[in-house]
Amino acid sequence: MEATTYNYKVVRQFAIMTVVWGIVGMLLGVILASQLIWPDLTFGIEWLSYGRLRPLHTNAVIFAFGGSAMFAVSYYIVQRTCQVRLWAEKLAAFTFWGWTLVIVLAAITLPLGYTSSKEYAELEWPIDLLITVVWVSYALVFFGTIVKRKTKHIYVSNWFFGAYILVIAILHLVNNAELPVTLTKSYSAYSGVQDAMVQWWYGHNAVGFFLTTAFLGMMYYFIPKQAGRPIYSYRLSVVHFWSLNFIYMWAGPHHLQYTALPDWAQSLGMVFSLMLLAPSWGGMMNGIMTMSGAWHKLRTDPILKFMVTALSFYGMSTFEGPMMSIKTVNALSHYTEWTVGHVHSGALGWVAMITIGSMYYLIPRLFGRESMYSTKLIEWHFWLSTIGVVLYIAALWIAGVAQGLMWRAANADGTLTYSFAQVINTMYPFYGIRLMGGAMFFSGMLIMAWNVWQTTRQGRVVNDAPIPQAVHA
Amino acid sequence: MDSGTISGIVTIVFVLVFIGIVWWAYSRDNKQAFEDAGRLPFEEDNAPISKGDSK
Repeated sequence: MEATTYNYKVVRQFAIMTVVWGIVGMLLGVILASQLIWPDLTFGIEWLSYGRLRPLHTNAVIFAFGGSAMFAVSYYIVQRTCQVRLWAEKLAAFTFWGWTLVIVLAAITLPLGYTSSKEYAELEWPIDLLITVVWVSYALVFFGTIVKRKTKHIYVSNWFFGAYILVIAILHLVNNAELPVTLTKSYSAYSGVQDAMVQWWYGHNAVGFFLTTAFLGMMYYFIPKQAGRPIYSYRLSVVHFWSLNFIYMWAGPHHLQYTALPDWAQSLGMVFSLMLLAPSWGGMMNGIMTMSGAWHKLRTDPILKFMVTALSFYGMSTFEGPMMSIKTVNALSHYTEWTVGHVHSGALGWVAMITIGSMYYLIPRLFGRESMYSTKLIEWHFWLSTIGVVLYIAALWIAGVAQGLMWRAANADGTLTYSFAQVINTMYPFYGIRLMGGAMFFSGMLIMAWNVWQTTRQGRVVNDAPIPQAVHA
Repeated sequence: MDSGTISGIVTIVFVLVFIGIVWWAYSRDNKQAFEDAGRLPFEEDNAPISKGDSK
């Protein structure tokens, strides 16, 4: 018999784990920010040293928090906009347990020091293989559901999810091509500047396709739903989709300005990064304009506040990014705290805030409630997050520019004006403000956890959400 | 053919593809289809709900 309900179970599992991994990942961030101020914070225990926790932090927030959120919303949206139950549900259940196992393995191996040393792809080859199996299963479930859809059209969010699933698969396979020597050690198939280029083609597209394309799919569904009106221009979203995904692919070399990479490749990366501004802002305007006629809702609805603020940060960081890719700007900004600030403007301001807003929309629906347990607490969460991000990025802008200027300052005889330790010393006040901003953002997540806990306690597990049975042309 | 010529041709092809996509997205013939697609997230609210037994 044809299914008459949606599969909410796997959506619910991933949604809850999004909150859990968000807290874990951001706590790690707070610990790392503290270690920069107090290097002996973890008593010299090697498993908790900065170099081992840092990849755990990035993997936890990107792949555990962001990844779980993407699984949850893509499974939810693909079902509801295709009006069918998930295809191959056992495989979907496997993606949950498989992905969670990947995260647990990362949490064990990274502190132990097992790493392939590629940024955002540190996990060693057995885990890489597991990721591949889970990801292929994910692709099967997602595209299988699209194939058996009952609607004529494929909603734009699903296009974004489809691109993200496909490209992440390619990136993962190419960048993790490696030669295992033991169970816990492998070497990259590439060497020298080729290795660097493959790594940053991967690294930049992890930002482009994991943290942007995927979350734009989230934005294109939840902003219209929460604002109660269709996307401002669906046709613009189509142009947005193709141009963004095409251009992102070529921007990676901007991570390697002034390195051994051939000059033409560096310029190519810069030019494509500058071009990215157009589709990025097109998409942002499309989201913002969806609010026209519904702006009054912003006053009372903290979920919309989260989403619109997320778009604003998206606009800011996609302006900042192209600027930083300009070679002369990059000469100042690269390797400084400015880059860290830029990343967090995107990661906290855009990715985390659009996710948090979407989860506040989604979670009550998965637990049979009209809304979250407390709207007041969402409001609190919103202000803590917003002020936290602003403190964080403002501190690191100033720190980064100061750092860049001090590093390049030279005396008349060509010697450096400042020693490395002097520069670090200048950083301390900014590290303090950054820690405060990060801790505020983290405390917002704790409020969210309490709110989610109360919502689930008073709600019921929804497994009977009905699929509309109308026949679509 | 030198690499400069190839770059030129590739650039022209990509620009034409882009113009094609914009033309396709904004053509009058596709207006209705895209508007329908844009309403998909809201279809669920209007469609009659099944009274059949749930799985």
